[in-house]
Parts: sequence; structure tokens; C-alpha cells
Amino acid sequence: MRYGLLAVLLTVVMMLGGCTEGVLDPKGPIALAERQILFNALGIMLAIVIPVILATLGFAFWFRASNERARYRPDFTYSGRLELLVWSIPAMTVLLVGGVAWIGSHDLDPGRPINSTVKPVNVQVVSLDWKWLFIYPDEGIASVNKLVVPVDTPVSFELTSSSVMNSFFVPQLGSQIYTMSGMATRLHLQADHLGTYPGISAMFSGDGFPDMRFTVDAVTDGGFAQWVRQARETGSALDKQTYADLVKPSKAVAPFTYRGVAPDLFGSIVNTAMGTHESHRDSALSVCSTSQRAER
Amino acid sequence: MNLLGKLDWNAIPLHEPIIMGATAFMVVVVLVVLGFVTAKGAWPYLWREWLTSVDHKRIGAMYCILALVMMLRGFSDAIMIRAQQALAAGGAQGYLPPEHFNQIFSAHGTIMILFMAMPFVVGLMNFAVPLQLGVRDVAFPTLNSVSFWLTASGALLVNISLAVGEFSKAGWWGYPPLSELQYSPGVGVDYYLWSLQISGIGTLLAGINFVTTILKLRAPGMSYMRMPVFCWTALAANLLIVAAFPVLTATLAMLALDRYLGFHFFTLEGQGNQMLYSNLFWVWGHPEVYILILPAFGVFSEVMATFSGKPLFGYRSMVAATMTICVLSFLVWLHHFFTMGASANVNGFFGVMSMIIALPTGAKIFNWLFTMYGGRVRFSVPVLWSIGFMVTFVIGGMTGVLMAVPPADFQLHNSVFLVAHFHNVAIGGVVFGVMAGYNYWFPKAFGFKLDERWGRASFWCWLVGFYVAFMPLYVLGLMGMTRRMQHYDDRSWQPWLIAAALGTAIILVGVVCQIVQLVVSIRRREELRDETGDPWNGRTLEWATTSPPPAWNFAFQPKVVGLDAFWSSKGRALEARNDPAPTRAYEPIEMPKNSATGFVTAFFAVVIGFALIWHIWWLAGVGMFGAFLTLLAFSFRRHNEIEVPAEEIARFARVHQAGAAA
Repeated sequence: MRYGLLAVLLTVVMMLGGCTEGVLDPKGPIALAERQILFNALGIMLAIVIPVILATLGFAFWFRASNERARYRPDFTYSGRLELLVWSIPAMTVLLVGGVAWIGSHDLDPGRPINSTVKPVNVQVVSLDWKWLFIYPDEGIASVNKLVVPVDTPVSFELTSSSVMNSFFVPQLGSQIYTMSGMATRLHLQADHLGTYPGISAMFSGDGFPDMRFTVDAVTDGGFAQWVRQARETGSALDKQTYADLVKPSKAVAPFTYRGVAPDLFGSIVNTAMGTHESHRDSALSVCSTSQRAER
Repeated sequence: MNLLGKLDWNAIPLHEPIIMGATAFMVVVVLVVLGFVTAKGAWPYLWREWLTSVDHKRIGAMYCILALVMMLRGFSDAIMIRAQQALAAGGAQGYLPPEHFNQIFSAHGTIMILFMAMPFVVGLMNFAVPLQLGVRDVAFPTLNSVSFWLTASGALLVNISLAVGEFSKAGWWGYPPLSELQYSPGVGVDYYLWSLQISGIGTLLAGINFVTTILKLRAPGMSYMRMPVFCWTALAANLLIVAAFPVLTATLAMLALDRYLGFHFFTLEGQGNQMLYSNLFWVWGHPEVYILILPAFGVFSEVMATFSGKPLFGYRSMVAATMTICVLSFLVWLHHFFTMGASANVNGFFGVMSMIIALPTGAKIFNWLFTMYGGRVRFSVPVLWSIGFMVTFVIGGMTGVLMAVPPADFQLHNSVFLVAHFHNVAIGGVVFGVMAGYNYWFPKAFGFKLDERWGRASFWCWLVGFYVAFMPLYVLGLMGMTRRMQHYDDRSWQPWLIAAALGTAIILVGVVCQIVQLVVSIRRREELRDETGDPWNGRTLEWATTSPPPAWNFAFQPKVVGLDAFWSSKGRALEARNDPAPTRAYEPIEMPKNSATGFVTAFFAVVIGFALIWHIWWLAGVGMFGAFLTLLAFSFRRHNEIEVPAEEIARFARVHQAGAAA
């Protein structure tokens, strides 16, 4: 069966890959669903790709010029039935995988909130040269290169960039999304398991790019509350001045936190990048419907 | 005011031993070649027969030589990338600092796509299309020469960037804002911009030339549905060039305006919109993929039919598939950035559209399969490349469709899984295709076959090397490794990257085998000589003339009565080939006159490009003026054609027949 083959293939890949920290080792509902889609699409396609490869090798071998048992049919150049088959096999595959794609893009739209009874945690993400700033607007704290989230709780992200384009990506939690200055993208993720997961920028952004890493700590509710409390008591506050310091390019920054955040700092970062003129804010900008600019 | 703009001695990176070593090597190679030509006293020959030639076969060969040279350059970059990533694990930084590594991967992509694959594909089309159509040249022979030399200018500028200044560090797409002045203040992006602009114009002109040639100049009787499939794929590719390259030119012009004149198309400030660039770039970039792969499909179709000893299965279906791909390729560009935050409907639409392209492609694969079915497959080198392609390409196609599923792409976008995918289709499709074409048409172009043994060795090294180099990247992509990492923390990635580096080494052996194959074949050319003009038992008109063909291709214009014109004429023992019957009198033939226009224009194009890169405004002015004068001189040329007398044609035919009889 095709799933048998698929299972063998993936087992091999996972064994070889050590199964660590990749998209095949999901720790949240989004990543889990995406892995399932990956498997389904792969399974559908392998069912046709493997026979095609075998047929290619088989035909080439059997119809080799030196094989006298093979029948030479120089006039076999058209067959209506075969044509139908030739077009309908890929068509059916495309139909199936296309369905997976269409349904999947709606179910797993990054801008779509996760169904949950738990109230989501809001996090505002700013990519800087070359580090990540995570602002917790409800808690009034901020953190650099370390994202702490309570487990089993949806996290609602708003993301932007202070400079060039980056892509916010935690492979084990799922979907990545671009961060672009002057606009905010949306993303919803959730961690189902306690643990620490690596996060990266998945869009090349200059010299410090390879060190633009962060960690995601998925902790218990209590642990999260404690981390917030701790953060509120240490470090400086993130205001215009400290933000200006933070914006300066730096590489491989060790994680630290801010005890407070100036109100609507995220909104002003989005809008500063757009220029200071009031009129600019009204002009139509986005070619992407969910990349809304933050409303002030 | 500085007469040399931004240029000074600091532009030459004397403190960088790797760059200086590469530069020295390049300079030595160039000097050796120039010295050799001078020592042989070959300059007049070279100038007369090659540099100023407007013969499509010569220009095609020069395109392919340029591509092979640039392949060596791009491949050296590949080796450096793989070596760096094999070393730089954990705390290690490898041997390349970020500013150098970032230039290398940017140059690798730019060179391989625009200065290796493009010239190779255009070169094969240049060589084969007029012959297959049964005509004497392309529609605009001098323009053809201009196209080639402009492409070469772009390639030269990229190579100059190695020694003088730097190349772009913003990747081969040059996404703003990273490629804007604010984040890339050096000349690297300017080198990228002007080399692409200059070669892009050359490519556009080539596209216009070929569309005109295919639509307007075909041998009598060659209706559209009698054209060889390679001509169909060439038509599709050139229609795409004509439609897509202006978009690239406009996009890069906007970026240049941003960088040079303070415009705000894509900047952070002043309402610039970086997403616009991504869209525009890929509106060109995705059709570009098909510009490269369609002619490769054409080569495989010719090779499969010829070496199976039967016509291509489902010719009409192949033509339909080609033209469907041609149209659909403009409707899928957004799949290059599903992760930009477009709505589910937009992502879903472009995902499904991308998959629909797999439909005609899949049909093509099946048709090649059934071409072999009932055939007598001779395993010459071109067939090996073709079968290697079919096996490899379906894997690449599968991972491509996988990433056309938006939620899967959210996980795999920009990972090395993606890198593995596009190398899987670019190497497994385009490179295998041009290699098949190179081995297939070489005897036609130069009159002797390429050595089979070294050709086989090269194929097997490439095939095995490809799998060893890129299958690990699929695994690494699933493990969460993103592309363009100068170093990385996760030590569990390192074994895979060492394997990938090993694969690159195997490919290197394949490349060496190719060079040896060429050298050995030239030395053994008398044994390998093809006297018949038809070494493979071919089916299309290029095999109806001598190898190499005379400048006029066909002494008598072939009359086409069906598909596979040459094959059918052989079957019925009719004379579609150069009719040797003494009853037919040879007539004089008008041939386009050689012209230095292309070479001189390209010289000034390099001057303009270099001057703009270094802000040497007066020099740019001089270059513009020179280019204008060249155009003027060409427009006032009185004699565009020379007449080849009938006696010369008769003499050539006699010699050729004597050869064939011997």
C-alpha cells in the first residue's frame, strides 16, 4: 500500500534526521496539522511518482535496442485512450492535492484565530537588526530573543519589522510569516507541550542573519505568571530612548527583558516606518489582505 | 569633483587572500587564452569568423561556450558554499566571513540562472532552431549578434565585480529594503543591477528575434503542426521572454532609481512598498523558470524520439502541453511568497494554479515514456541524460507540488528543502537538458562526435553527485534548517552538510570528466568524425545537411511534406536533403554580411555599466555616445548582404559528397 511505503520512507528520514527540532516533530496544533498535510500530499503523489520512475527504468531497459524479444512498433505514436489516461492521471492527482491545498490554506490561514476556550496571549513581534523583540502589551513587558508562552494557550501574534524583511519561524510550532516594516502581519500559534523550541529568521536579512535566533519556552500557566512577575522587576523600561538603543545593529544578543513598555510602542514602530506625514496613513498600501497596517 | 567617481585603490580587496587568489587565477586564464590566440596569429580569423559573425550557428556555439565558462565560475561558488556549511557548525565560523559568504551565494544564484542556464538554452535554440525550420538564418542576424554580446557584457561585469569592488550581498532576488542604499551602500547591488539590465536587454532582443523567426521564417510546407517539438518549446520560451523580461527590466530600473536618484519605489521611507518588488520580481521570475525548462523539454523530446527510433508519442498533446505551460506560467508567481500574509483565498488560488502546471508536465512525462514503448532505445550519452532527467525530475516535481500546498509551504518556505527542490528541477531538468542537447548537437556543430566513454562517466558522476548533494538538503529542510546560513549552532546538521559537500565533490568529478571529454574528443576528432551529417539516424531537418553545416545551411531550401521531415524523406527515399542530383543547378545565395555592431555595442555597454556602477558620469556619457554612434554607423551601412556564388556552393557540395563517399 502506498501509505506503507510512505511510512517506511518517513521512518527512515526521521531515524536519520534524529527527529529533533524539525517540522516533523510538531509541538502544537498548527505544526501537527501542517505535518499531516505534508504527509497526505506526499502520499497522494508518491502513489503516482513511484510507478512512473519504475516504468521509466523498466521501459528503457526492456526496449533497449539489443533486446530482440521486445517488439519494435515504430508506428505506435498515438492512442486516444492512452492520451486520455496520460492527462487524467495527473489531473486526478492535482484534483486531490488541490483540494488539500485549498482546504488547508483556509483552515491554516495564519491570520485565523485558533479555536480555544482559553483566552489568547497577545504578543507583538518586531524584527530588528539582528534580533527579535517580543512585546507583551497586556502584561506591559518586553523580551529580546526569548519568547515565553503558557502551554495549551493560543498565542496571537502581530508582527512587523524595524528594518529589512525577515520571517518569524518556530518550526516545531508551525507556520512562518514575514515581518515587514510599515505593516503588521498576523499569526496564531499554540504550544501543546512543555519545552524549549528553537526559533529563527527564515528570510535572509544581512550579515547578522545566522545569529538571529530566539528560543520559545512553553511553560505552565504558573510558570508564565512567574516569568512575567520577574520580568516586571528587572531591567529597564522600553521607551523611545531604550528602543533607539535597541534598534542599533547587533549580533548574537543574549536574551533579556524590559520591565515596562511605552504604550502602543508597536503601533508607533509600524507607523514610523511609514513616514511621519498624517496623509500617508490613508493611502491604500497592501497587496495582501491580512497585512493590515496597525490602526492607531 | 572626482574623475573616477567612487573608484579608488580600496576597491580592490588586496587584503582578502581568497578573492585575490581567484582574481589571479582568472587573470592568468585570460592571459593564457589571449597569449595563445596571439601566438597562433589567430586574431584575424577569430575576428572574421567568430567575433563579428552573424551566423546563428556560430553565435549559438559562442552562447554555449559562455555558458560553460560561467558554469565553472558558478560551480566554484557552489563548492565554496558547501565547504563553508560543512565546516561552520557549533561555534565554528568556517573560513568565509559573512560579507564574503553572502556575496558568494548571491553570485552563485545570479550566475547559474542568468549567465549559465540562460545562455546555454539560448545557445542551443540559436544553433538548432533555424536548422530545424529548414532556413538559412534567424530573422535579424545582426541583432542576434548584439543579443549575444550584450549577454556576454553582463557576464563580464559580474566577473569584474570579483576583482574590483564587490558583488551583491542581498541574494539573487535582491529583495528591498535589504538591496536599497540604506542597507546595501556598496557597489555590489549596482553590479547586480547593471549586469542584469544589460544582459536582460540582450535576452529580450533574442526573444523578439526568435519569435519572429519561428512565426515568419519556416521552410515551405512546414506548417505549425509540422514543426519539431523543440521549435515549439523554443517558441513558447521566447514568447515568455518577450512577455516577462520587460517586467524585470522595469523592476530593476525602479530599484536603480531608488538607489541612484532617491526615488521611493521600494524604500522604507516615503511610502515605498517592498511587497511590490517581490510581486514584480516573481512575475518575471516564475516565467523565467519555464523559459529555461521548456527548451530542455524540447531537447528531451528530440532525443527520446531519435534514439528510440520512432516518432514522439502524442505530438499534438506535447504541443498543447507546452503552450498550456506557457500561459499558466504567468499565473503562479505568488507561490514564491505564500508567507507574506495574503488571504487564504489568494494563497489557495495560487497554490492550485501552481499544481495545475503539473498536469501538462505530467502528460509530457507519460508521452516520453510511451515514446520509448515499442522503440529501440540506443543508450547514447544524450539518452542517459534524458532518462536521468525523467527519474530525477519527477522527484523535483513532487516536492514542488508539495510546496505549492500553502500550509506545507508555511513550514518549508526558504528552508534548504526549497533549495533542494529547485536544484532538483534546475539540475535534473535544465542542466541535464542542456547536457543532452550539447552531446546531441555537438557533432552537427563541429563535425565530430563527443567521446562516449567520458560522456558516460560525466553523466554518472553528475547523477550520483546530485543525489548525494541534494537529498541531505531535503532532510535538513525538514529538520528546520533555513537557507543562506553562514554558520549554524545545531551540530546534528553537520553530517548531512558534509554528505552534501561530498556530493558536490562527485559533481566536480563529473565536470572534470566533461572537460576531459571535450579535450579527448578534439584530439580524437578524426576517428570521431561524422561524414554523413546524420550520426544519430535523426528525424529533423538539421540532420539533412552536412556536419558542420555550411554558412548557408541548405544548398536548396528543403520542402517539408510532413512531421519529422528528414525521417519521412529517408523512409520514402525522397530527397529533402541537399539534393546531390546533378540535374539541379546550384543558385547563388544571399547571406547576411558580418558585422562588428554587436561586439562594439557590447564594448560600450560594459563601459556604461562600469561607469554607472562607480558613478563615473562622464564615462557613462562617453559610453552612451559610443553606443549611439555604433547604431548610427550600422543604420547607414549600404550593403547588408553578400552573395555566395553558385560555384562555391557547388564546390562545397562536391567536397562534402566526396567525404561522404570516402
